[in-house]
Amino acid sequence: MHATAEDKDGRPARDVPLSAFCIEVALREDRQDVVAARVAAQARELGLPLPDGLRSRRGWSLRVRGGEREARRLAEGLLVDPVMHVVRVLSPDADPREHGSRRLEIVRLPGVMDPGAQSIVRAATRLELDVQDVRSWQAFVAPAGTDPAALKRLGNELLANAAIEEVRLDPTTGIPPVADLPETPFRLVHVAIQRAGAAELERLSRDGCLALDATEMRAVQEHFRAEDREPTDIELETIAQTWSEHCKHKTLTGLVEYEGRVHDNLLKSTIARATRELDRPFCKSVFVDNAGVVAFDEKHHLTFKVETHNHPSAIEPYGGAGTGLGGVLRDTLGTGLGARPIASTDVFCFGPADLPAGKLPRGALHPRRVMKGVVAGVRDYGNRMGIPTVNGAVCFDERYTGNPLVYCGSIGLLPADRLHKEVRPGDLVLLAGGRTGRDGIHGATFSSQELHEESEKVSSGAVQIGNAIEEKRLMDALLQARDLGLYRAVTDCGAGGLSSAVGEMAADTGAQVQLERVPLKYHGLSYAEIWISEAQERMVFAVPPEHEAAILRVFAAEDVEATVIGRFEASGRLRADFRGTRVMDLDLRFLHEGLPRRTRQAVRRARATRDPAPLPAGREGEMLRRLLGAPNIASKAWIIHQYDHEVQAGSVVKPLVGPRREGPSDAAVVAPVLGSRRGFAVGCGLDPCLGDVDPGRMALHAIDEALRNVVAVGGDPAQASILDNFSWGSCERPENLGDLVEACLACYAGAKAYGTPFISGKDSLNNDYRVGDAVQSIPPTLLISALAIVPDVAQACSMDLKGAGHELVLVGESGPELGGSHLARLLGEAGAEVPPVDLARAPRILSAVHAAIARGLVLACHDLSEGGLGVAAAEMAFGGGVGAELDLARLPVRGAPDVARRLFGQSASRFLLEVEPAQIPALHALLADLPHARLGRTAAHADLVVTDGGRPVLREPLAGLRAAWLAPLDLDHEHGEAAR
Amino acid sequence: MTTPAVLVLRAAGTNCERETAYAFERFGARATISHVNRLLESPDELQRHHVLALPGGFAYGDDAGAGAVLACEMRSRLNEPLRRFVAEGGLVLGICNGFQALVRLGLLPGLDDVLGVQEVSLADNDSLKYEDRWVRLQVTSRRCVFVGDMPAPELPLAHGEGKLVPRDAQVRARLAADDRVVFRYVDEQLHPTQHYPENPNGSTDAIAGLTDRTGRVLGLMPHPERALFGYHHPAWTRQGARVPDLGPGAPLFANACDWVRAQR
Repeated sequence: MHATAEDKDGRPARDVPLSAFCIEVALREDRQDVVAARVAAQARELGLPLPDGLRSRRGWSLRVRGGEREARRLAEGLLVDPVMHVVRVLSPDADPREHGSRRLEIVRLPGVMDPGAQSIVRAATRLELDVQDVRSWQAFVAPAGTDPAALKRLGNELLANAAIEEVRLDPTTGIPPVADLPETPFRLVHVAIQRAGAAELERLSRDGCLALDATEMRAVQEHFRAEDREPTDIELETIAQTWSEHCKHKTLTGLVEYEGRVHDNLLKSTIARATRELDRPFCKSVFVDNAGVVAFDEKHHLTFKVETHNHPSAIEPYGGAGTGLGGVLRDTLGTGLGARPIASTDVFCFGPADLPAGKLPRGALHPRRVMKGVVAGVRDYGNRMGIPTVNGAVCFDERYTGNPLVYCGSIGLLPADRLHKEVRPGDLVLLAGGRTGRDGIHGATFSSQELHEESEKVSSGAVQIGNAIEEKRLMDALLQARDLGLYRAVTDCGAGGLSSAVGEMAADTGAQVQLERVPLKYHGLSYAEIWISEAQERMVFAVPPEHEAAILRVFAAEDVEATVIGRFEASGRLRADFRGTRVMDLDLRFLHEGLPRRTRQAVRRARATRDPAPLPAGREGEMLRRLLGAPNIASKAWIIHQYDHEVQAGSVVKPLVGPRREGPSDAAVVAPVLGSRRGFAVGCGLDPCLGDVDPGRMALHAIDEALRNVVAVGGDPAQASILDNFSWGSCERPENLGDLVEACLACYAGAKAYGTPFISGKDSLNNDYRVGDAVQSIPPTLLISALAIVPDVAQACSMDLKGAGHELVLVGESGPELGGSHLARLLGEAGAEVPPVDLARAPRILSAVHAAIARGLVLACHDLSEGGLGVAAAEMAFGGGVGAELDLARLPVRGAPDVARRLFGQSASRFLLEVEPAQIPALHALLADLPHARLGRTAAHADLVVTDGGRPVLREPLAGLRAAWLAPLDLDHEHGEAAR
Repeated sequence: MTTPAVLVLRAAGTNCERETAYAFERFGARATISHVNRLLESPDELQRHHVLALPGGFAYGDDAGAGAVLACEMRSRLNEPLRRFVAEGGLVLGICNGFQALVRLGLLPGLDDVLGVQEVSLADNDSLKYEDRWVRLQVTSRRCVFVGDMPAPELPLAHGEGKLVPRDAQVRARLAADDRVVFRYVDEQLHPTQHYPENPNGSTDAIAGLTDRTGRVLGLMPHPERALFGYHHPAWTRQGARVPDLGPGAPLFANACDWVRAQR
């Protein structure tokens, strides 16, 4: 053999062996170590006795073809900034400790996705280095006298998440590179189901993590009896994934008996029915594709989808939330022939950030840690993808502690001629994007079960961690292939992995795939793992055979791996082979239509909530400050600034507005086509406090609020559409299901009354957290997201007061009810009745306010929601740095609300407008018979002044109100987990 | 008249290329977005353009350090064409991640005019956070052709690594002495500041943007392409009917296009 150690470029030839190294980068001694300083500060707040002098290290363990010279070339070309860093290159066998110091290492568990490592492998190829098996890690070096127990606690309590990482203290050898998993010898597994009894069926479902109930298991048994064979393990898995609550929505699409009436398919009979009956021409595709599609301009449609990613985020907040966003972005890319994501939304529900440690349920992460991780996950994924995160909400309640909620939304821009997809027999099954590993196995079924104290241990395999740059490459390639017309259909690999993606695409045809063709991250995956892995950043295409070469070229040019793994066929069967053996041959009709429909029982929940005692006069100012500081109302600036909300240069009304960029926008306005002034507004409505008192009215308020928000910034309610996202406690409990029926019925009534269609939705109906025998359900939580066209973004409106001497006009009527209000909550009660929503009048108020904004009559507009008039007026005033004076005696009222109720009540369909005095007649003409009143004026002082017919109610300096509102959620100034 | 030809270079993870190209086109340029792979295949392509723009984003994921891989690739394979491009009068604009790459490449500040030697770094923000916010800038040098007579702008920025750190005291002194600093972060009184958040990242001497010896290369952390229109400004709704068509970032693109046209 003619072997040379190097080819002519000085690059090691392929037959040079790989060598393992640990590359460690440290900041130069004279550079400030901000990471270590932050960690040390947090450790002090935890009471850990750490001496000064903590320093941080970053490291990579890897194999490189060649020797130390190549490792150093990688370090110097890629990993080291010579102005900032010094580097050590060590053998993994060498002792990594530095003289006279202690060392703490945080390293990912084997098999956990390591996005940084993936990027290093890719980047190394750009340096013509062959680098493999990269594992990234973090280390801290502390003075020798440091208490090792304190360091260990620092690792366990602050830095590492046991679900995905391990902590090493004072190790004597380095961290080895990633090792291949032990090769599992191929063995086709059949499951004996044909003759199983009821107990055995239950055991099979439980042990196999199938999450199928007795009726469903019996249906599976019947099917295989009829086929006279036993299923293979992946046939059962595929059925379980496809029939999961996550994929099939079997509660909402099943039968529900409630108060003497059977509701057949609530989804169809309430939410989709409203859309069908409204039959709005701008709806281009509803409830069938990966997102809803509405018309935008002559050339484009808009797509909108909101997903939940609750359970993964409970276990590993950073990875769970990041992949939640990554998943919904792929929904956008998988809608029609692929829409370009142009804006993201996120809504979170957490336990209280200041929850005392003693109240933390066993096995749950502290809400502050969940919140930091979730925000960082969304931040890193969205920012890297280059998709602006423009709108969101955060809600706190103790019942979310064990089961936080993470809603990620994505809006896309779809060329109007790329809406329709189809799969034809003979098309190739093309898998593109990231490689497949053991990540996220059983995600769909995991999300369909309750969380419990052991979830972290048993489900860490379900943890998904994303790699945004992989998805960015995939997106770039996909959009090019779309424009070239190189494929006929596309969908994303989400929950259930290939089993769901190929299973769905092949539903009307059939498909056959060769699982050994799927590119793997490491050896050792079984055929079953390949089939159900939820590894991220993958999409499946149906490619006409004549375009195979062209589409592979497009992907290769973007450095995206793409592989033909099979072929669609007219067989009606879903077949998979592994190394020549048939491992699956499922009847697609049974898979998609064989799910038995169950009748679930629902009952009305007994409620006995009541109003609080009246607020004593004179305490209104104090109450306003407390409301502004309530976490649900307080400024979310700490989160908002971490999101890139301006990339793509479409941002018109930003999340924070006003001279100091502090005023909280009701909704975002985006102009997505560069050079065009046509835009859209996106906003949301969510208030679970209302659901504790009346889930039906909660739904109406959520719709009203979402629409108020988009109207307040200039959105046209006649060109608005909405999305539903139900997150509920287990609906096997009749009270929870009763709440759901009430909310669905109200969704129908609301959508019809406003003339606003639902275009997409998603539900998550198993949000319970169990410790021992105690189960905590989350409160019924309905998120309504709204998307409305803004015909000309130059007419958009913001909520900050613009100047002194203007009129303040309140639109809408204020009633006496306090149910679900923040005022009642702060006074220790839930409130007796949620304010009704006047469905005849509310849509007229939205239209009139929109007309006023579109005609330029309105200087500032803010909707009244949590905290009512007092909070809205305060936000407008300090948001604009302009004083305001209001007289409550002028408020249009229903019944006889007292001062506190007029000031802080949460009646629906209300706006506060700032208007030039000269425009009052024009505004008055538009509002005509609708309740409205000139409540007061803006002023040249810096106070918020409220009177009640000449009797003073409060006078509060704006600076104090602003401070009360800004402080609570500024997590940089309190202890918590380290930045990641 | 010459149509300015702009090459907008992207790599995996670049994400501001479309709006950057659009900003140049708004002022009459012909902008081509090209993957770095294509430029590596035919480096002479560079000489057919007047302006090279490196847009913002996370080229190659930034996991190894902002801009590192792109810079390394350019250093090892585009060194000569790039030197020639600048020497022959080409303009180079690096925004955010593109600025980070120019700094890693040694093209900025280029005190000793040796490509490949890094003199400053753009390190982790002192806040240790990625942050999106608008900042007020002072124009401290008018030597740079992108700047011209533009008024001191307010611009948005969005990054986690924007703290400028000079290699040593000598480099720090020469940045000022050699007139390389184009933009500084200033407070409400328009004084350069180290105060957060007016100086959002803790940058040494409040430096937000640099130019080279020729004045034809500009790198800056803020994103002028996101401040192209009047309604990009976060407080545009406070300006009533007086909202200008163009935003505070527009002059950088207009000046570059004008300069190219004036050369022939």
